[in-house]
Order: sequence, then structure tokens, then C-alpha cells
Amino acid sequence: MRASFRQSMALVHTWGGLLVGWLLYFIFLTGTIGYVHHEIDRWMKPEQPMASSTPTASTLLPKALDRLAREAGAVQNWYIFLPTASRSGEFSVGWRVWPTGDRRLGKFTRQSLDPSTGEAFSGTIRETGGGHTLYAMHYRLHYMPYDWAIRIVGICTMFMLVAIISGVIVHRRLFRDFFTFRPGKGHRSWLDGHNLLGVSALPFHLMITWSGLIFFMFTYNPFAVDALFPKGETRDRFYAETSGQVKISPGVKAPTAEMVSLEIVLTSFEERWGGGEIALVRIESPGRANSQIHFYARQSGIRRVATTLSFDGVTGDFLSAGPTAGTAAGRFEQVMLGLHEGLFAGPFLRFLYVLAGLSGTAMIATGLLLWSKKRNAKLAENEPARFGRAAVDVLNLGTIIGLPVGVAAYFWANRLLPIGMGNRAAWEVHVMFLTWGLTYIYAIWRPRDRAWIELCGFAAAAYGLLPVLSALTTDRGLIGSILDKDWIFVGFDLSTLAAALFFGLVVCVIRRGRKPPDVRRVTDASTASRNKAVSRR
Amino acid sequence: MRYLLLLRQLLPLGSRILAAVIGGYALTALVTLALSLALPWVGVGQAESVLASTIASFLIYAVVIMGVFHARSALRAWTGLLLLAIPCGLIIGASSVSAVL
Repeated sequence: MRASFRQSMALVHTWGGLLVGWLLYFIFLTGTIGYVHHEIDRWMKPEQPMASSTPTASTLLPKALDRLAREAGAVQNWYIFLPTASRSGEFSVGWRVWPTGDRRLGKFTRQSLDPSTGEAFSGTIRETGGGHTLYAMHYRLHYMPYDWAIRIVGICTMFMLVAIISGVIVHRRLFRDFFTFRPGKGHRSWLDGHNLLGVSALPFHLMITWSGLIFFMFTYNPFAVDALFPKGETRDRFYAETSGQVKISPGVKAPTAEMVSLEIVLTSFEERWGGGEIALVRIESPGRANSQIHFYARQSGIRRVATTLSFDGVTGDFLSAGPTAGTAAGRFEQVMLGLHEGLFAGPFLRFLYVLAGLSGTAMIATGLLLWSKKRNAKLAENEPARFGRAAVDVLNLGTIIGLPVGVAAYFWANRLLPIGMGNRAAWEVHVMFLTWGLTYIYAIWRPRDRAWIELCGFAAAAYGLLPVLSALTTDRGLIGSILDKDWIFVGFDLSTLAAALFFGLVVCVIRRGRKPPDVRRVTDASTASRNKAVSRR
Repeated sequence: MRYLLLLRQLLPLGSRILAAVIGGYALTALVTLALSLALPWVGVGQAESVLASTIASFLIYAVVIMGVFHARSALRAWTGLLLLAIPCGLIIGASSVSAVL
């Protein structure tokens, strides 16, 4: 018998969703954290003094150049990240040494500097992966070669795209169901919740999934571009034409030469710079005859494109300015990528980004739970769940609650690991994954309902006590931060308290729901009939 | 006997999944290349054609996957994929011939 289109899509949605749901949950949660990763970076380096006043680029640049000349020397390239580049106001220099052997890229080193002086920080700053490591996991996973990771994530993202489109088709009454919520009705309530979360941020989910694929489109689907624009000079022309930006290729080793003085370049720069804040200065082949200096502005609009000015590093001559308009598809790509990253968003829009990301995460979680609720509802009373369902239950709990517990452990590790310990940043991540792994063992060990309540309670405590831990181990307690008007630290502490509140609420909801309403109704009915029987007698 | 029955149920499902994931991917690759070659005939730039088709290819792949799972049988799904591949092959063939000439 031929199934209706809706029925076959329901199968695709249910089974495809189950297959990759857990990894998608990881991708969505760590990706959502990415919208505040600058702020988390800041929180994870509490020794860094609060940026009081940031000197202008023209006073910071000479200091950065001095430091690079001293520390890096004539390497492949130098980078200067100005405080305007990130919301945390981080000022740092970085350099890449020449590649050796068959490596494509040489090693990259980055040093944080004090933005108020332009020099190295006076005290030690703890080594940390920061929010950046957490956010990078959503596309490059961890403990895995980059090339594998982006492909695995790509496959999951493709599943997500199919799940979203088939989900809309399955959803017969998209508009009406949106206003339907039936709490306390077993798996029906979970379905309503799943629909509500999915539909309310549907444009966001579609955008984030499709644009996620566009980021790596020529890795996932390289056929047309490889056939018509083979890698090398033709490919560079392809990028230049569509994006309107000239691709800056890493310099080659040329004979050494005296660099032009910074003042000359800056004068020429001021004449041409259309405004906006410089975010990044990149110097290719410093101290060599083919040296080039590139200035990048901070991305100002939604389009993921930066204004650039390039100069010859030896003569100081003006070379080129970008970007040009690019093509329509090129601009579409840049808008999609810009929307994905949300770098253009101010505080309010950023808050909405986090909400939309969390709603996507919750949509995946409710979808996974719905799968087992529906099947367990069909189970007769006291019939043990079969192995497959029991495994799904363990994976659900260990992922949905275990991952947030792991993330909390990552923050705890940042405050508790000894400051001077070797590989400290790596150990922060190890602590996160070890804790997360333990939650699966806990989920296997304890009875299901108990395990849910206990792990949620544990998560509530882990997040709720973070501000306390932070106040005890650093001089950045919540009250002090409020008095100092250090809103990043205040925001972080309040967010962890909100997370604690959320997990606490989940505990209450589960505890209230432990006596299923159906059972209560049956008991009431049987008492009533017994009473009736009694009265008849 | 029971295993034979199970195999008879699982084989079409496996074939269908293969058709959706691998067959669909191959078809999407062909469609992307064919579109990239055909769009310049209506005046779109070559680079623009490649970029636009590659961006759209993920939506095409999603639709192909859903189509395969909706097909009446796995065999019909494979036939459908092949039928769609033919015009793409023709476009690719025609433009490589015209490139040689």
C-alpha cells in the first residue's frame, strides 16, 4: 500500500532525527555558546584587569610591532588583533613561522597583551581554552582530525536540513498547532512542545542549518568548482570575482629588506581609510623584499566581509582596497554566513540569537525524548523496556543533561585547576569530557526516573554554585562586579544562575509528574465505583 | 526461514537508504555540475553559476532524499535517480564536446 507523502516523511523525520539527534544536540548547544564566546573568554581569564580606557590603534600598533620584531622575527607573517576586534576587548599579537617538511602551515603562536599599556600583562594570566575552544567544538568537534570532524558535522547538518523540511511537511496544521499546548498529557505534551519550539524559530533553524553547510560547501560538494575552477590561481580568481575580496596568499621567502616606517604607511592609510575601526593588521613576510601590510576593518554590516587596505611593506606604496561589490550569489553567501555568526548583532539581538539557539537545542532534546515517550507509552505496566529503548533512554539522559553538566565542569576546571599546571587548557577540556562520560555511566547505573532527578539536581547545583566558586577563588565576585560595572562578569554569573534555576525547575516538574495522571484517574474511578457499590448495598 | 523473511524485509530498506544517501549524493553532484554548465547559456557568469548551484545543491539533496523515501519501492527510487541523471549527463556531455570543438 502506498503511504501518503506525510506518512513517509514522518518515518524519515523520526528515524533520521534519532540517528543523529545526540550529535546535533551537542552541535546546537556548543554553537549557541558561540554567540557569547568572547564574553566567556573574558570570564575564563579573571586575572586580566578590567579594560578601563583603551588607547587608539595608532598608539597600540608601534608597541605591537616592537614586540613582534623582538619575539617573532622574520617569520611568515605577523598578526595584530586590536581591542576593537572582539567584544571582550582583547589585544593580542600572533605570528606564523615558515612551514617545515610537508606541512602546509607553520605553527601559529598568539600572545595576549594588556590593552591599557600595550605591553605584556604584569601578572600571570591562567592558560585557558576559553569560550573559543567550546564554540569551535560545534564544527570541528574535539579529539579528532579537522578534516574528519567537519565532514561528520556536515552529514549531521544535512540530516538536520532534511529533518526540518520533512518536519514541516509532517506538521499538518502548522499554524493551528502553534497555538496548541496541552500540558500533562503524556507524549502529546512533548509533541506540542517540540512543535512550538520548532515552529517559533523555524526561519532561524533553516538559516543556521543551510548556512552551516554553506561554510564548507566546497568540501562537501566540490565537484562543480573543481571541474571549472581548479585549485590555484583560477580558484583565487573565482573567490575574488564572487566575493569581491582579494584572497591574500601567505608570503614566500624573499631576500631580506628594510621595512618601511609605520608612520609613512599610517599617513597614507589615513588618507584612504573610509572610516570604521581597524580590527586586524596582517603583515606578510615581514622584513623581506616582498612584504605586504594589510589593514582590516571590523565587520560593520550583516555581510561577512571586511573593508581592507593593502600596502607594500618595503616602499609603503598603496596596493589595493577591498571589497568590490562581488556577485549576487557571492553577496547571498556572505549574508548567510554573517547571519550564522551573528557578529553584527548588538546586545539585544545577541540575546535573541542565544534564545533561538537554545530553542533549537530544546527542539532536538524534546524530539529525542518524544521518541522514547511515544514507545514507552505503548509498553504495558511493569514490562521492562527492550535493549534498544533502554539504550536510547541512557543516551538521552547522558546527552541532554550530561552535556550541560560537562560544560559546567569545564567552567569549574577553569577556576580549580592549578594556575601554573602544564597543558592546563587541554585539561579543562579533558575534565569536561570525563565528567560528561561519567553521566552516561550514572544513567546506566541508576533507575531512569531517579537518574533524571539526580542529574538535573546535580546540574542545578553545578551552575548555581559557579558564582560562589568564582567569588571564592578570584576577586571577581558578583557583588564586586556589579559595583565595578563589569557587565561581562555580571552577565556570566546571572546566566549560570538562570541555568541553575532551569535545571531546578526540571527537577520539580519531573517530581510532580512521577505519579502519572492516568494512574490517579484510574484510582479515582475505582474508588468511585467502589463507593457506588457500597451505597447500592 | 525466519532469517530469510527478515532479509526480504531489510534488503529493500537498505537499498532505499543507499539510494537516498549515496545515490542522492551522486545525483546532487551531477545536478550541481550540470547547472553550473547550463546557467552560462542564459547569460549568468561562470563563477556565479558555480557558486549559486553549489549553494542550492544542499536543498536539492534534501529534496532528492525525501523523494527517495517517498517512492513506491526501492527499485522505483533507483530508476527515478537514473532518469534524472540522464539530462544532467547530456548537459555535461554537450558542454565538454563544445569545449573540445
